[in-house]
Amino acid sequence: MNRLSKVLILLPLLVLLFSPLNAALTIEITEGTEGALPIAVVPFDTSKLTFELSADIAQIVANDLNRSGVLTVLSRQSLPATPYYSQQVKYPLWRSAQQDYLVVGRVLEKSEGQYEIQFQLLDVLKKKQLIGYSLQTDKRKLRASAHEISDLIYQEITGIRGAFNTRIAYIRAQRNKGRKYILQVADTDGFNTQTVLESDEPLMSPSWSPDGESLAYVSFENRRPEIFIQHLSTAKRNKISGFKGINSAPSWSPDGKFLALVLSKDGGPDIYLMNIETKRLTRLTRHRGIDTEPVWSGNGQSIIFTSDRGGSPQIYEVAATGGKPRRITFEGRYNTAASVSPDGKFIALVYGEAGQYKIAQLERETGNLTLLTDSNLDESPSFSPNGKMVLYASTRGNNSVLYAVSVDGRGKHKLSDQTGDIREPVWGPYKLKQ
Amino acid sequence: MKSLNLKSKLLILCITGVFITGCQSGSGEIIEDSTTIDSVDQSQLDGFDVSIDSVDSALTALENSTNGSAIALDDQSMSESVQAMVDNPSSAISSRVIYFQFDSAKVSEDSLSILEAHGNFIASNGNVSVRLEGHSDERGSREYNIALADRRAQSVRRILLFEGASSNQLETVSYGEEQPTVSSHTEDSWSLNRRVELVYQVN
Repeated sequence: MNRLSKVLILLPLLVLLFSPLNAALTIEITEGTEGALPIAVVPFDTSKLTFELSADIAQIVANDLNRSGVLTVLSRQSLPATPYYSQQVKYPLWRSAQQDYLVVGRVLEKSEGQYEIQFQLLDVLKKKQLIGYSLQTDKRKLRASAHEISDLIYQEITGIRGAFNTRIAYIRAQRNKGRKYILQVADTDGFNTQTVLESDEPLMSPSWSPDGESLAYVSFENRRPEIFIQHLSTAKRNKISGFKGINSAPSWSPDGKFLALVLSKDGGPDIYLMNIETKRLTRLTRHRGIDTEPVWSGNGQSIIFTSDRGGSPQIYEVAATGGKPRRITFEGRYNTAASVSPDGKFIALVYGEAGQYKIAQLERETGNLTLLTDSNLDESPSFSPNGKMVLYASTRGNNSVLYAVSVDGRGKHKLSDQTGDIREPVWGPYKLKQ
Repeated sequence: MKSLNLKSKLLILCITGVFITGCQSGSGEIIEDSTTIDSVDQSQLDGFDVSIDSVDSALTALENSTNGSAIALDDQSMSESVQAMVDNPSSAISSRVIYFQFDSAKVSEDSLSILEAHGNFIASNGNVSVRLEGHSDERGSREYNIALADRRAQSVRRILLFEGASSNQLETVSYGEEQPTVSSHTEDSWSLNRRVELVYQVN
């Protein structure tokens, strides 16, 4: 094939380099958070800045903490005072406002576009500072710095690492003016949306590399399902699997070296492992039924997948070295789309019964299945990297929208959006420390 | 083949008086301007000129499609007549969509007779190939639906092979739930979306 025809073939497909856009998903808290700890986040002092900041740091932090389900943030109108430093805080005032925690802070300008954000988390009952940090940032990283502050606060209060400063990927489908499929990534609050790929043909099944630098996904750009890997910051992409039949459901191994995937080249859809560097394939399952949706256990020792070999789709587990698969779901006739919690103790899945599809959580040790949602067309659950939230897609009215629910079922929020269907969300890994 | 396809359509359109302005040359060029219909007058109809060749071959094609047997002339007119058969909305192979029950890849008895006609047609026309595009409704997980819709396409393929189609004439692809015919979330829409589409190509 000559160079020109390659270019022509790629035309209906638009690969995009990362450039921040202002388009954003908006967040809406849909369920109250009973039992959540009260915290007040005072707007940070920005009075010493020459220009107004493009982001309201305290508001971003407040929204993050509210979404966790663990904390409930006092509304701005209800703040009894607006201190910027711990020394200015009159604790009885916050105690009578029934707050357990208080966050104060300020933004200082170091040079043009370079900032220092200082904040303190205060314990209202003990009348003392719990943590105080100073973060260096610039005007393009303000939102990321705010999420970092949320992570520090969350970790101090709960003892669990925060996952606010991470990213999500999902597919957006547009129906107006012909179908369009868009692979996007965004911050966990739905802002900072960036388009990775646009196509007239379906895009499916994004999977993050463990370093968060690349996505594997399924594209129908050649009018059949094939698997591609795309590096996010360079936009360099490679077709990694284009065998006859199905090439689908890629899932990156925790060590980043393998891709679990589904191929039907040797018969029915079966699970294979591909060494990404050598492209060498190992067939893991061999059954005439449907085997699909492989995901790795947290330690990479086994693969969890969906199979209808027992008559209805259920979740199975097979060692990454091969062997006999073992069924692990027994409740209900329809269990699919597993996502494994980072500690391997829980599996989030789609539980179908009487024509309704909800997100449920299976506890591995006890085999207990708990429903996390109560709607009827939910799909694609994905654990946050700290295992405390599950992101999923839910069909409401004519569109599919993204929700996140805390694993204790206490907090649920929607990432709503103006255009198109949003589906197949996957929560990315922690960002690597710079 | 493609040009005859256009020409035969053009001929039909000319006969029914829809596309008068487009019929002024025999080259098969269609001027898409239906707004001129109102202004058609007799002088335009007098200038009406379609090349005899294209009329003849189009008529042959139409004739072939009604009696269902392809007359082997030269290669080109053969594929032209096959194309006409494929394009004929009242032929035995005009039903191109096979529907399925929920979570099933079993072909219904009604669909069997449709597929029998397709199988026979494909078997007797070696220059025809068919893409079997499997689809599912939106319920359940997307990847499971890819596998399910593939299974539907495979069911259809097996029947066509049984009826005599050769494996190199058939290609299957699964779209899962990604390309619904109807996008509303009702039982009726779902039943229309669980399908295999037969997409013909004449080589």
